[in-house]
Amino acid sequence: MSAAEVETATDALLKVNNIEVIYDHVILVLRGVSLEVPQGGIVAILGGNGAGKTTTLKAISNLLGTERGEVTKGTIEFDGIGVEASSPNELVKRGCIQVMEGRHCFEHLTVEENLLTGAFTRGGDRAGIQADLEMVYTYFPRLRERRTSLAGYTSGGEQQMTAIGRALMSRPKMILLDEPSMGLAPQLVEQIFEIVKKINEQEGVTILLAEQNTNVALRYAKYGYILESGRVVMEGAAESLRNNEDVKEFYLGLGGEGRRSFRDIKHYRRRKRWLG
Amino acid sequence: MDVLYALLLQPFVFMAQEPLIFAETVVKGLMAGVLYSLVALGFVLIFKASGVFNFAQGTLALFAALTLVGLMEKMGDGLPKAAIVVIAIVATIGVMILLAMIVERFVLRPLVNQELIILFMATLGLSYVLEGVGDLTWGSDVKVLDIGLPDGVFDIGGVYVEQLDVVAAIVAGSMVTVLAIFFNKTRIGRALRAVADDHQAALSVGISLQQIWVIVWSVAGMVALVAGVMWGSKSGVQFSLSLIALKALPVLILGGFTSIPGAIVGGLIIGLGEKVVEVFWYDVHGGAVENWFAYMLALVFLMFRPQGLFGDKIIERV
Ligand SMILES: Nc1ncnc2c1ncn2[C@@H]1O[C@H](COP(=O)(O)OP(=O)(O)OP(=O)(O)O)[C@@H](O)[C@H]1O
Ligand SMILES: [Mg+2]
Repeated sequence: MSAAEVETATDALLKVNNIEVIYDHVILVLRGVSLEVPQGGIVAILGGNGAGKTTTLKAISNLLGTERGEVTKGTIEFDGIGVEASSPNELVKRGCIQVMEGRHCFEHLTVEENLLTGAFTRGGDRAGIQADLEMVYTYFPRLRERRTSLAGYTSGGEQQMTAIGRALMSRPKMILLDEPSMGLAPQLVEQIFEIVKKINEQEGVTILLAEQNTNVALRYAKYGYILESGRVVMEGAAESLRNNEDVKEFYLGLGGEGRRSFRDIKHYRRRKRWLG
Repeated sequence: MDVLYALLLQPFVFMAQEPLIFAETVVKGLMAGVLYSLVALGFVLIFKASGVFNFAQGTLALFAALTLVGLMEKMGDGLPKAAIVVIAIVATIGVMILLAMIVERFVLRPLVNQELIILFMATLGLSYVLEGVGDLTWGSDVKVLDIGLPDGVFDIGGVYVEQLDVVAAIVAGSMVTVLAIFFNKTRIGRALRAVADDHQAALSVGISLQQIWVIVWSVAGMVALVAGVMWGSKSGVQFSLSLIALKALPVLILGGFTSIPGAIVGGLIIGLGEKVVEVFWYDVHGGAVENWFAYMLALVFLMFRPQGLFGDKIIERV
Protein backbone atom coordinates (compact mmCIF):
# COMPACT_ATOMS: atom_id res chain seq x y z
CA MET A 1 0.00 0.00 0.00
CA SER A 2 1.54 3.31 -1.00
CA ALA A 3 1.54 6.49 1.00
CA ALA A 4 -0.99 8.05 -1.30
CA GLU A 5 -3.49 5.26 -0.68
CA VAL A 6 -3.02 5.53 3.04
CA GLU A 7 -3.68 9.23 3.02
CA THR A 8 -6.26 10.16 0.46
CA ALA A 9 -7.63 9.01 -2.77
CA THR A 10 -6.12 11.93 -4.68
CA ASP A 11 -2.88 11.82 -6.55
CA ALA A 12 0.42 12.30 -4.82
CA LEU A 13 1.84 15.83 -4.75
CA LEU A 14 5.32 14.45 -5.18
CA LYS A 15 6.35 11.32 -7.02
CA VAL A 16 9.95 10.22 -7.03
CA ASN A 17 10.35 7.30 -9.35
CA ASN A 18 13.45 5.14 -9.20
CA ILE A 19 16.05 7.89 -9.26
CA GLU A 20 19.76 7.46 -9.42
CA VAL A 21 22.10 10.30 -8.41
CA ILE A 22 25.75 10.60 -9.28
CA TYR A 23 28.17 13.17 -7.84
CA ASP A 24 31.19 14.37 -9.78
CA HIS A 25 30.26 12.06 -12.68
CA VAL A 26 31.49 8.98 -10.80
CA ILE A 27 30.19 8.72 -7.26
CA LEU A 28 26.92 6.81 -7.36
CA VAL A 29 24.97 7.84 -4.28
CA LEU A 30 21.30 7.06 -4.89
CA ARG A 31 20.67 3.67 -6.44
CA GLY A 32 17.05 3.77 -7.37
CA VAL A 33 15.00 5.61 -4.80
CA SER A 34 11.25 5.81 -5.18
CA LEU A 35 8.85 7.58 -2.91
CA GLU A 36 5.53 9.36 -2.90
CA VAL A 37 4.21 12.18 -0.82
CA PRO A 38 0.44 12.69 -0.75
CA GLN A 39 -1.10 16.12 -0.81
CA GLY A 40 -1.25 17.46 2.74
CA GLY A 41 0.77 14.62 4.24
CA ILE A 42 3.82 14.45 6.44
CA VAL A 43 6.30 11.89 5.19
CA ALA A 44 9.67 11.05 6.70
CA ILE A 45 12.86 9.81 5.09
CA LEU A 46 14.90 8.03 7.74
CA GLY A 47 18.39 6.67 7.80
CA GLY A 48 21.85 7.09 9.24
CA ASN A 49 24.77 9.25 8.17
CA GLY A 50 25.40 9.16 4.47
CA ALA A 51 22.30 7.14 3.66
CA GLY A 52 21.32 9.65 0.98
CA LYS A 53 18.54 11.62 2.63
CA THR A 54 19.95 15.03 1.84
CA THR A 55 20.78 13.94 -1.67
CA THR A 56 17.20 12.82 -2.21
CA LEU A 57 15.80 16.14 -1.01
CA LYS A 58 18.25 18.13 -3.12
CA ALA A 59 17.38 16.06 -6.16
CA ILE A 60 13.76 17.09 -5.63
CA SER A 61 14.48 20.79 -5.15
CA ASN A 62 17.00 20.74 -7.99
CA LEU A 63 19.83 21.96 -5.78
CA LEU A 64 22.21 19.16 -6.77
CA GLY A 65 23.70 21.26 -9.53
CA THR A 66 25.68 23.41 -7.15
CA GLU A 67 27.28 20.28 -5.72
CA ARG A 68 28.08 18.74 -9.07
CA GLY A 69 25.46 16.12 -8.51
CA GLU A 70 23.15 14.89 -11.23
CA VAL A 71 20.04 12.78 -11.49
CA THR A 72 21.03 10.23 -14.09
CA LYS A 73 18.00 7.96 -14.02
CA GLY A 74 14.40 8.03 -12.97
CA THR A 75 11.91 10.86 -12.74
CA ILE A 76 10.70 13.34 -10.18
CA GLU A 77 7.27 14.85 -10.54
CA PHE A 78 6.06 17.69 -8.38
CA ASP A 79 2.44 18.69 -8.69
CA GLY A 80 2.10 16.71 -11.88
CA ILE A 81 5.08 18.23 -13.69
CA GLY A 82 8.67 17.04 -13.82
CA VAL A 83 11.16 19.07 -11.81
CA GLU A 84 14.17 18.66 -14.05
CA ALA A 85 13.12 21.45 -16.38
CA SER A 86 12.62 23.95 -13.57
CA SER A 87 15.43 25.92 -11.97
CA PRO A 88 15.46 26.03 -8.16
CA ASN A 89 13.83 29.42 -8.15
CA GLU A 90 11.10 28.31 -10.54
CA LEU A 91 10.46 25.36 -8.25
CA VAL A 92 10.06 27.70 -5.30
CA LYS A 93 7.59 29.65 -7.39
CA ARG A 94 5.78 26.40 -8.14
CA GLY A 95 5.53 25.77 -4.41
CA CYS A 96 8.37 23.43 -3.54
CA ILE A 97 10.95 24.82 -1.14
CA GLN A 98 13.74 23.23 0.86
CA VAL A 99 14.93 24.03 4.36
CA MET A 100 18.51 22.93 4.18
CA GLU A 101 20.33 20.80 6.68
CA GLY A 102 22.16 23.02 9.16
CA ARG A 103 19.55 25.81 8.70
CA HIS A 104 21.73 28.05 6.49
CA CYS A 105 20.35 31.33 7.73
CA PHE A 106 21.82 34.48 6.25
CA GLU A 107 24.07 35.38 9.14
CA HIS A 108 24.54 39.03 8.38
CA LEU A 109 20.86 39.66 7.81
CA THR A 110 18.43 40.21 10.64
CA VAL A 111 15.86 37.57 11.48
CA GLU A 112 13.14 39.59 9.81
CA GLU A 113 15.26 40.20 6.71
CA ASN A 114 15.88 36.47 6.57
CA LEU A 115 12.14 35.86 6.59
CA LEU A 116 11.63 38.44 3.87
CA THR A 117 14.17 36.79 1.57
CA GLY A 118 11.83 33.80 1.61
CA ALA A 119 9.26 35.96 -0.15
CA PHE A 120 11.66 36.86 -2.94
CA THR A 121 9.79 34.95 -5.62
CA ARG A 122 6.57 36.76 -4.76
CA GLY A 123 7.85 40.07 -6.03
CA GLY A 124 6.24 43.23 -4.76
CA ASP A 125 3.10 41.80 -3.15
CA ARG A 126 3.60 43.97 -0.07
CA ALA A 127 0.32 43.48 1.71
CA GLY A 128 0.41 39.73 1.28
CA ILE A 129 4.00 39.51 2.42
CA GLN A 130 3.31 41.64 5.46
CA ALA A 131 0.37 39.44 6.39
CA ASP A 132 2.49 36.32 6.04
CA LEU A 133 5.18 37.85 8.21
CA GLU A 134 2.54 38.16 10.89
CA MET A 135 1.53 34.56 10.29
CA VAL A 136 5.13 33.40 10.76
CA TYR A 137 5.43 35.43 13.95
CA THR A 138 2.25 33.82 15.20
CA TYR A 139 3.71 30.36 14.68
CA PHE A 140 7.09 31.40 16.08
CA PRO A 141 6.51 34.12 18.70
CA ARG A 142 10.16 33.84 19.62
CA LEU A 143 11.13 35.20 16.20
CA ARG A 144 9.11 38.34 16.76
CA GLU A 145 11.21 39.07 19.81
CA ARG A 146 14.40 38.48 17.87
CA ARG A 147 13.33 40.13 14.64
CA THR A 148 16.04 42.82 14.65
CA SER A 149 18.90 40.55 15.74
CA LEU A 150 21.41 39.37 13.18
CA ALA A 151 20.55 35.76 12.47
CA GLY A 152 24.16 34.77 13.02
CA TYR A 153 23.84 35.78 16.65
CA THR A 154 20.70 33.80 17.40
CA SER A 155 20.58 30.35 18.96
CA GLY A 156 20.40 27.11 17.02
CA GLY A 157 16.72 26.74 17.79
CA GLU A 158 15.97 30.27 16.70
CA GLN A 159 17.90 29.69 13.50
CA GLN A 160 15.88 26.57 12.78
CA MET A 161 12.70 28.55 13.35
CA THR A 162 14.02 31.31 11.09
CA ALA A 163 14.82 28.79 8.37
CA ILE A 164 11.36 27.22 8.55
CA GLY A 165 9.66 30.61 8.75
CA ARG A 166 11.67 31.79 5.78
CA ALA A 167 10.46 28.83 3.73
CA LEU A 168 6.90 29.50 4.82
CA MET A 169 7.19 33.04 3.48
CA SER A 170 7.29 31.65 -0.05
CA ARG A 171 3.72 30.33 0.39
CA PRO A 172 4.80 26.78 -0.44
CA LYS A 173 2.70 23.76 -1.24
CA MET A 174 5.43 21.55 0.09
CA ILE A 175 8.39 22.05 2.41
CA LEU A 176 11.37 19.71 2.23
CA LEU A 177 12.73 19.76 5.74
CA ASP A 178 16.26 18.43 6.18
CA GLU A 179 17.12 17.31 9.73
CA PRO A 180 15.27 19.92 11.72
CA SER A 181 16.31 18.22 14.95
CA MET A 182 20.02 18.50 14.28
CA GLY A 183 21.93 19.75 17.28
CA LEU A 184 18.89 20.81 19.26
CA ALA A 185 17.86 19.87 22.78
CA PRO A 186 15.08 17.24 22.89
CA GLN A 187 12.54 19.65 24.28
CA LEU A 188 13.23 22.14 21.51
CA VAL A 189 13.01 19.39 18.91
CA GLU A 190 9.58 18.50 20.21
CA GLN A 191 8.51 22.14 20.10
CA ILE A 192 9.66 22.57 16.52
CA PHE A 193 7.98 19.38 15.33
CA GLU A 194 4.82 20.50 17.08
CA ILE A 195 4.87 23.75 15.11
CA VAL A 196 5.63 21.95 11.86
CA LYS A 197 2.59 19.77 12.45
CA LYS A 198 0.49 22.84 13.09
CA ILE A 199 1.71 24.44 9.88
CA ASN A 200 0.86 21.23 8.06
CA GLU A 201 -2.65 21.16 9.47
CA GLN A 202 -3.55 24.83 9.38
CA GLU A 203 -1.80 26.01 6.22
CA GLY A 204 -2.18 22.73 4.37
CA VAL A 205 1.54 22.61 3.63
CA THR A 206 2.76 19.15 2.70
CA ILE A 207 5.93 18.12 4.52
CA LEU A 208 8.69 15.78 3.45
CA LEU A 209 11.30 15.56 6.15
CA ALA A 210 14.65 13.83 6.45
CA GLU A 211 15.65 12.76 9.92
CA GLN A 212 18.13 10.68 11.82
CA ASN A 213 15.95 11.10 14.86
CA THR A 214 13.65 8.22 13.97
CA ASN A 215 11.75 8.34 17.19
CA VAL A 216 10.49 11.89 16.85
CA ALA A 217 10.05 11.70 13.11
CA LEU A 218 7.81 8.63 13.29
CA ARG A 219 5.62 10.25 15.90
CA TYR A 220 4.83 13.21 13.67
CA ALA A 221 4.99 11.69 10.21
CA LYS A 222 2.23 9.50 8.86
CA TYR A 223 4.41 7.53 6.54
CA GLY A 224 8.11 6.74 6.46
CA TYR A 225 10.83 5.49 4.16
CA ILE A 226 14.04 4.01 5.52
CA LEU A 227 17.07 4.69 3.41
CA GLU A 228 20.33 2.83 3.53
CA SER A 229 23.29 3.30 1.19
CA GLY A 230 21.14 5.03 -1.34
CA ARG A 231 18.30 2.52 -1.35
CA VAL A 232 14.92 2.38 0.24
CA VAL A 233 15.16 -0.69 2.43
CA MET A 234 11.80 -0.38 4.09
CA GLU A 235 8.69 1.74 4.00
CA GLY A 236 5.34 1.87 5.64
CA ALA A 237 2.85 3.79 7.72
CA ALA A 238 4.59 5.45 10.66
CA GLU A 239 2.55 3.36 13.07
CA SER A 240 3.67 0.09 11.58
CA LEU A 241 7.30 1.20 11.30
CA ARG A 242 7.26 2.17 14.96
CA ASN A 243 6.09 -1.29 15.90
CA ASN A 244 8.39 -3.13 13.55
CA GLU A 245 10.91 -5.23 15.46
CA ASP A 246 13.82 -4.36 13.17
CA VAL A 247 13.13 -0.65 13.25
CA LYS A 248 12.85 -0.87 16.99
CA GLU A 249 16.16 -2.56 17.22
CA PHE A 250 18.15 -0.66 14.68
CA TYR A 251 16.66 2.81 14.64
CA LEU A 252 14.78 3.35 17.84
CA GLY A 253 17.44 1.81 20.05
CA LEU A 254 14.89 -0.26 21.91
CA GLY A 255 16.65 -3.58 21.62
CA GLY A 256 19.95 -5.13 20.69
CA GLU A 257 23.34 -3.72 21.35
CA GLY A 258 23.71 -0.55 19.30
CA ARG A 259 22.89 0.17 15.73
CA ARG A 260 23.73 -2.25 12.99
CA SER A 261 22.64 -2.35 9.43
CA PHE A 262 19.55 -4.04 8.13
CA ARG A 263 21.86 -5.86 5.84
CA ASP A 264 23.41 -7.64 8.78
CA ILE A 265 20.30 -9.63 9.36
CA LYS A 266 19.42 -12.61 7.26
CA HIS A 267 15.76 -12.79 7.97
CA TYR A 268 15.08 -9.32 6.77
CA ARG A 269 14.04 -9.42 3.17
CA ARG A 270 14.88 -6.08 1.74
CA ARG A 271 12.24 -4.80 -0.58
CA LYS A 272 13.93 -4.48 -3.87
CA ARG A 273 11.88 -1.61 -5.12
CA TRP A 274 14.86 -0.29 -7.00
CA LEU A 275 14.65 -3.22 -9.35
CA GLY A 276 11.10 -2.64 -10.36
CA MET B 1 71.21 60.88 11.50
CA ASP B 2 70.33 62.83 8.43
CA VAL B 3 68.15 60.04 7.20
CA LEU B 4 66.40 59.75 10.52
CA TYR B 5 65.86 63.46 10.60
CA ALA B 6 64.44 63.44 7.08
CA LEU B 7 62.27 60.46 7.91
CA LEU B 8 60.94 61.26 11.33
CA LEU B 9 61.18 64.95 12.01
CA GLN B 10 61.55 67.13 9.00
CA PRO B 11 58.22 66.21 7.38
CA PHE B 12 56.33 67.23 10.47
CA VAL B 13 58.25 70.46 10.83
CA PHE B 14 57.40 71.11 7.21
CA MET B 15 53.72 70.39 7.87
CA ALA B 16 53.67 72.73 10.84
CA GLN B 17 55.35 75.47 8.88
CA GLU B 18 53.14 75.16 5.85
CA PRO B 19 49.63 74.32 7.03
CA LEU B 20 48.14 75.50 3.77
CA ILE B 21 50.25 73.20 1.67
CA PHE B 22 49.44 70.39 4.06
CA ALA B 23 45.71 71.05 3.83
CA GLU B 24 45.88 71.18 0.07
CA THR B 25 47.81 67.93 -0.07
CA VAL B 26 45.29 66.26 2.16
CA VAL B 27 42.42 67.39 0.00
CA LYS B 28 44.19 66.31 -3.18
CA GLY B 29 44.99 62.95 -1.64
CA LEU B 30 41.43 62.34 -0.53
CA MET B 31 40.14 63.27 -3.98
CA ALA B 32 42.50 60.85 -5.65
CA GLY B 33 41.38 58.34 -3.06
CA VAL B 34 37.75 58.75 -4.11
CA LEU B 35 38.65 57.34 -7.49
CA TYR B 36 40.48 54.37 -5.98
CA SER B 37 37.52 53.78 -3.71
CA LEU B 38 35.15 53.69 -6.66
CA VAL B 39 37.16 51.11 -8.53
CA ALA B 40 37.61 49.02 -5.39
CA LEU B 41 33.89 49.30 -4.71
CA GLY B 42 33.15 47.69 -8.06
CA PHE B 43 35.47 44.84 -7.15
CA VAL B 44 33.89 44.32 -3.77
CA LEU B 45 30.35 44.22 -5.17
CA ILE B 46 31.19 41.51 -7.66
CA PHE B 47 33.38 39.61 -5.24
CA LYS B 48 30.72 39.54 -2.57
CA ALA B 49 27.93 38.47 -4.86
CA SER B 50 29.74 35.86 -6.90
CA GLY B 51 33.11 35.20 -5.30
CA VAL B 52 34.69 36.28 -8.56
CA PHE B 53 37.77 38.42 -8.43
CA ASN B 54 37.02 40.66 -11.36
CA PHE B 55 40.23 41.61 -13.05
CA ALA B 56 38.25 43.55 -15.64
CA GLN B 57 36.97 46.21 -13.25
CA GLY B 58 39.52 48.79 -14.45
CA THR B 59 38.83 47.98 -18.06
CA LEU B 60 35.15 48.35 -17.31
CA ALA B 61 35.86 51.95 -16.28
CA LEU B 62 37.83 52.54 -19.47
CA PHE B 63 35.14 50.91 -21.59
CA ALA B 64 32.39 52.99 -19.96
CA ALA B 65 34.28 56.24 -20.43
CA LEU B 66 35.15 55.33 -24.04
CA THR B 67 31.53 54.54 -24.78
CA LEU B 68 30.41 57.81 -23.28
CA VAL B 69 32.91 59.89 -25.25
CA GLY B 70 32.24 57.95 -28.40
CA LEU B 71 28.49 58.42 -28.13
CA MET B 72 28.87 62.13 -27.48
CA GLU B 73 31.08 62.50 -30.53
CA LYS B 74 28.63 60.56 -32.68
CA MET B 75 25.76 62.80 -31.70
CA GLY B 76 27.65 65.84 -32.95
CA ASP B 77 26.48 69.38 -32.31
CA GLY B 78 22.88 69.21 -33.36
CA LEU B 79 21.57 69.30 -29.81
CA PRO B 80 22.29 71.47 -26.83
CA LYS B 81 25.26 70.24 -24.86
CA ALA B 82 23.29 69.32 -21.75
CA ALA B 83 20.93 67.15 -23.79
CA ILE B 84 23.81 65.38 -25.48
CA VAL B 85 25.46 64.67 -22.15
CA VAL B 86 22.28 63.33 -20.58
CA ILE B 87 21.38 61.14 -23.55
CA ALA B 88 24.93 59.80 -23.79
CA ILE B 89 25.03 58.97 -20.09
CA VAL B 90 21.70 57.18 -20.21
CA ALA B 91 22.78 55.28 -23.30
CA THR B 92 26.08 54.33 -21.68
CA ILE B 93 24.26 53.02 -18.64
CA GLY B 94 22.19 50.96 -21.05
CA VAL B 95 25.34 49.62 -22.66
CA MET B 96 26.76 48.68 -19.26
CA ILE B 97 23.58 46.79 -18.38
CA LEU B 98 23.67 45.01 -21.70
CA LEU B 99 27.28 44.14 -21.05
CA ALA B 100 26.34 42.73 -17.65
CA MET B 101 23.76 40.51 -19.32
CA ILE B 102 26.26 39.31 -21.87
CA VAL B 103 28.84 38.57 -19.19
CA GLU B 104 26.30 36.65 -17.14
CA ARG B 105 25.08 34.66 -20.10
CA PHE B 106 28.35 33.87 -21.81
CA VAL B 107 30.96 33.97 -19.05
CA LEU B 108 29.44 33.33 -15.65
CA ARG B 109 26.65 30.92 -16.49
CA PRO B 110 28.75 28.42 -18.43
CA LEU B 111 31.43 28.55 -15.75
CA VAL B 112 29.21 28.29 -12.71
CA ASN B 113 30.57 25.83 -10.13
CA GLN B 114 34.01 25.94 -11.67
CA GLU B 115 37.09 26.69 -9.63
CA LEU B 116 37.38 30.36 -8.73
CA ILE B 117 40.73 30.60 -10.48
CA ILE B 118 38.99 29.70 -13.73
CA LEU B 119 36.49 32.48 -13.24
CA PHE B 120 39.34 34.84 -12.49
CA MET B 121 41.03 33.83 -15.73
CA ALA B 122 37.76 34.42 -17.52
CA THR B 123 37.63 38.00 -16.25
CA LEU B 124 41.22 38.40 -17.41
CA GLY B 125 40.11 37.38 -20.86
CA LEU B 126 37.10 39.64 -20.58
CA SER B 127 39.34 42.57 -19.86
CA TYR B 128 41.26 42.01 -23.10
CA VAL B 129 38.07 41.55 -25.08
CA LEU B 130 36.65 44.79 -23.69
CA GLU B 131 39.81 46.67 -24.51
CA GLY B 132 39.74 45.29 -28.01
CA VAL B 133 36.09 46.08 -28.54
CA GLY B 134 36.59 49.58 -27.12
CA ASP B 135 39.51 50.15 -29.49
CA LEU B 136 37.71 48.81 -32.52
CA THR B 137 34.53 50.73 -31.90
CA TRP B 138 35.82 54.06 -30.72
CA GLY B 139 39.46 54.20 -31.83
CA SER B 140 42.56 54.14 -29.71
CA ASP B 141 43.55 57.81 -29.62
CA VAL B 142 43.39 59.72 -26.36
CA LYS B 143 39.99 61.34 -26.12
CA VAL B 144 38.96 64.46 -24.29
CA LEU B 145 35.98 63.89 -22.11
CA ASP B 146 34.07 67.07 -21.46
CA ILE B 147 30.66 66.62 -19.97
CA GLY B 148 30.57 70.19 -18.79
CA LEU B 149 31.90 69.68 -15.30
CA PRO B 150 33.32 72.90 -13.82
CA ASP B 151 37.07 73.19 -14.16
CA GLY B 152 37.76 76.20 -11.97
CA VAL B 153 39.31 76.34 -8.55
CA PHE B 154 37.76 77.11 -5.16
CA ASP B 155 39.79 79.21 -2.82
CA ILE B 156 38.83 78.13 0.67
CA GLY B 157 40.77 80.25 3.11
CA GLY B 158 43.90 80.03 1.02
CA VAL B 159 43.53 76.35 0.22
CA TYR B 160 42.95 75.73 -3.45
CA VAL B 161 40.53 72.98 -4.30
CA GLU B 162 39.65 72.02 -7.84
CA GLN B 163 35.96 72.28 -8.53
CA LEU B 164 36.10 69.09 -10.55
CA ASP B 165 37.34 67.26 -7.47
CA VAL B 166 34.53 68.65 -5.39
CA VAL B 167 31.97 67.51 -7.93
CA ALA B 168 33.63 64.11 -8.08
CA ALA B 169 33.46 63.75 -4.33
CA ILE B 170 29.82 64.78 -4.23
CA VAL B 171 28.87 62.40 -7.03
CA ALA B 172 30.79 59.53 -5.46
CA GLY B 173 29.32 60.27 -2.05
CA SER B 174 25.76 60.35 -3.40
CA MET B 175 26.29 57.17 -5.29
CA VAL B 176 27.53 55.36 -2.23
CA THR B 177 24.54 56.66 -0.28
CA VAL B 178 22.13 55.48 -2.95
CA LEU B 179 23.83 52.10 -3.02
CA ALA B 180 23.64 51.81 0.75
CA ILE B 181 19.91 52.51 0.65
CA PHE B 182 19.48 50.09 -2.23
CA PHE B 183 21.29 47.33 -0.35
CA ASN B 184 19.57 47.83 2.95
CA LYS B 185 16.05 48.81 2.09
CA THR B 186 15.01 47.09 -1.11
CA ARG B 187 13.97 43.57 -1.94
CA ILE B 188 16.71 43.15 -4.53
CA GLY B 189 19.30 44.67 -2.22
CA ARG B 190 18.32 42.22 0.48
CA ALA B 191 18.63 39.38 -1.99
CA LEU B 192 22.09 40.61 -2.97
CA ARG B 193 23.21 40.51 0.62
CA ALA B 194 21.66 37.10 1.05
CA VAL B 195 23.60 35.79 -1.94
CA ALA B 196 26.79 37.31 -0.54
CA ASP B 197 26.16 35.52 2.75
CA ASP B 198 25.23 32.06 1.50
CA HIS B 199 24.87 31.16 -2.17
CA GLN B 200 23.23 27.81 -1.63
CA ALA B 201 20.72 29.08 0.87
CA ALA B 202 19.87 31.95 -1.44
CA LEU B 203 19.26 29.47 -4.22
CA SER B 204 17.15 27.31 -1.93
CA VAL B 205 14.77 30.15 -1.07
CA GLY B 206 14.21 30.93 -4.71
CA ILE B 207 16.59 33.79 -5.36
CA SER B 208 17.77 33.60 -8.95
CA LEU B 209 21.54 33.86 -8.95
CA GLN B 210 21.53 34.72 -12.63
CA GLN B 211 19.31 37.71 -12.04
CA ILE B 212 21.46 38.82 -9.11
CA TRP B 213 24.64 38.53 -11.13
CA VAL B 214 23.23 40.69 -13.90
CA ILE B 215 22.25 43.30 -11.34
CA VAL B 216 25.59 43.23 -9.57
CA TRP B 217 27.54 43.54 -12.80
CA SER B 218 25.27 46.36 -13.91
CA VAL B 219 25.85 48.21 -10.67
CA ALA B 220 29.59 47.57 -10.94
CA GLY B 221 29.39 48.88 -14.50
CA MET B 222 27.75 52.09 -13.33
CA VAL B 223 30.31 52.54 -10.58
CA ALA B 224 32.95 52.04 -13.26
CA LEU B 225 31.24 54.65 -15.41
CA VAL B 226 31.47 57.21 -12.63
CA ALA B 227 35.13 56.34 -12.03
CA GLY B 228 35.82 56.50 -15.75
CA VAL B 229 34.18 59.89 -16.10
CA MET B 230 36.09 61.29 -13.11
CA TRP B 231 39.41 60.09 -14.39
CA GLY B 232 38.66 60.86 -18.00
CA SER B 233 37.62 64.43 -17.29
CA LYS B 234 41.00 65.02 -15.69
CA SER B 235 43.44 63.13 -17.81
CA GLY B 236 41.57 62.23 -20.95
CA VAL B 237 40.19 58.83 -21.81
CA GLN B 238 43.00 56.49 -22.66
CA PHE B 239 44.34 53.04 -22.09
CA SER B 240 46.10 53.93 -18.82
CA LEU B 241 42.66 54.28 -17.26
CA SER B 242 42.37 50.52 -17.08
CA LEU B 243 45.51 50.45 -14.98
CA ILE B 244 43.82 52.07 -12.01
CA ALA B 245 42.59 48.56 -11.40
CA LEU B 246 46.09 47.86 -10.20
CA LYS B 247 45.58 50.49 -7.54
CA ALA B 248 42.46 48.76 -6.39
CA LEU B 249 44.29 45.66 -5.27
CA PRO B 250 46.16 47.36 -2.40
CA VAL B 251 42.96 49.17 -1.53
CA LEU B 252 41.21 45.83 -1.22
CA ILE B 253 43.98 44.38 0.91
CA LEU B 254 43.69 47.39 3.16
CA GLY B 255 39.93 47.47 3.35
CA GLY B 256 39.11 43.79 3.12
CA PHE B 257 37.76 42.14 -0.02
CA THR B 258 34.22 41.88 1.19
CA SER B 259 33.70 45.21 2.87
CA ILE B 260 32.07 48.15 1.13
CA PRO B 261 33.05 50.63 3.86
CA GLY B 262 36.50 49.02 3.69
CA ALA B 263 36.79 49.78 -0.02
CA ILE B 264 35.84 53.38 0.57
CA VAL B 265 38.06 54.01 3.59
CA GLY B 266 40.90 51.97 2.08
CA GLY B 267 40.79 54.04 -1.10
CA LEU B 268 40.83 57.28 0.83
CA ILE B 269 43.72 56.15 3.02
CA ILE B 270 45.81 55.14 0.04
CA GLY B 271 45.03 58.29 -1.89
CA LEU B 272 45.82 60.42 1.13
CA GLY B 273 48.94 58.48 2.10
CA GLU B 274 50.32 58.65 -1.40
CA LYS B 275 50.02 62.39 -1.72
CA VAL B 276 51.23 63.21 1.78
CA VAL B 277 54.24 60.93 1.51
CA GLU B 278 54.94 62.23 -1.96
CA VAL B 279 55.05 65.84 -0.83
CA PHE B 280 56.35 65.73 2.72
CA TRP B 281 58.76 62.83 2.61
CA TYR B 282 60.18 63.91 -0.71
CA ASP B 283 63.73 64.11 0.63
CA VAL B 284 63.62 60.47 1.68
CA HIS B 285 62.44 58.88 -1.53
CA GLY B 286 63.01 61.50 -4.18
CA GLY B 287 59.65 61.23 -5.91
CA ALA B 288 57.55 58.80 -7.94
CA VAL B 289 56.15 57.31 -4.77
CA GLU B 290 52.74 56.77 -6.35
CA ASN B 291 53.99 53.68 -8.08
CA TRP B 292 54.87 51.73 -5.00
CA PHE B 293 53.51 53.36 -1.88
CA ALA B 294 50.13 51.63 -2.07
CA TYR B 295 51.74 48.23 -2.44
CA MET B 296 54.10 48.83 0.45
CA LEU B 297 51.23 49.84 2.67
CA ALA B 298 49.33 46.75 1.54
CA LEU B 299 52.30 44.59 2.37
CA VAL B 300 52.47 45.98 5.87
CA PHE B 301 48.79 45.24 6.25
CA LEU B 302 49.19 41.71 4.96
CA MET B 303 51.71 41.12 7.70
CA PHE B 304 49.72 42.53 10.57
CA ARG B 305 46.08 42.47 9.59
CA PRO B 306 45.50 40.11 6.68
CA GLN B 307 41.74 40.35 6.86
CA GLY B 308 41.98 44.09 6.18
CA LEU B 309 40.61 46.97 8.17
CA PHE B 310 37.03 45.94 7.78
CA GLY B 311 37.38 42.29 6.86
CA ASP B 312 33.99 40.68 7.05
CA LYS B 313 32.67 40.35 10.52
CA ILE B 314 33.04 36.68 11.29
CA ILE B 315 30.16 35.68 13.44
CA GLU B 316 31.02 33.29 16.20
CA ARG B 317 28.44 32.21 18.67
CA VAL B 318 29.26 30.84 22.07
N1 LIG C 1 28.83 16.91 -3.02
C1 LIG C 1 29.12 15.62 -2.88
N2 LIG C 1 30.08 15.05 -3.61
C2 LIG C 1 30.35 13.74 -3.47
N3 LIG C 1 29.74 12.91 -2.64
C3 LIG C 1 28.77 13.42 -1.86
C4 LIG C 1 28.40 14.80 -1.94
N4 LIG C 1 27.41 15.03 -1.06
C5 LIG C 1 27.16 13.84 -0.47
N5 LIG C 1 27.98 12.88 -0.95
C6 LIG C 1 27.96 11.47 -0.53
O1 LIG C 1 26.69 10.95 -0.77
C7 LIG C 1 26.30 10.08 0.27
C8 LIG C 1 24.94 10.49 0.81
O2 LIG C 1 25.06 11.76 1.40
P1 LIG C 1 23.82 12.53 1.99
O3 LIG C 1 24.33 13.86 2.42
O4 LIG C 1 22.73 12.52 1.02
O5 LIG C 1 23.47 11.65 3.25
P2 LIG C 1 22.46 11.93 4.43
O6 LIG C 1 21.57 10.78 4.52
O7 LIG C 1 21.84 13.26 4.28
O8 LIG C 1 23.45 11.91 5.67
P3 LIG C 1 23.42 12.80 6.99
O9 LIG C 1 22.43 12.20 7.89
O10 LIG C 1 24.81 12.66 7.51
O11 LIG C 1 23.09 14.18 6.59
C9 LIG C 1 27.39 10.13 1.29
O12 LIG C 1 28.16 8.97 1.15
C10 LIG C 1 28.21 11.32 0.95
O13 LIG C 1 29.56 11.10 1.21
MG1 LIG D 1 21.86 14.95 5.34
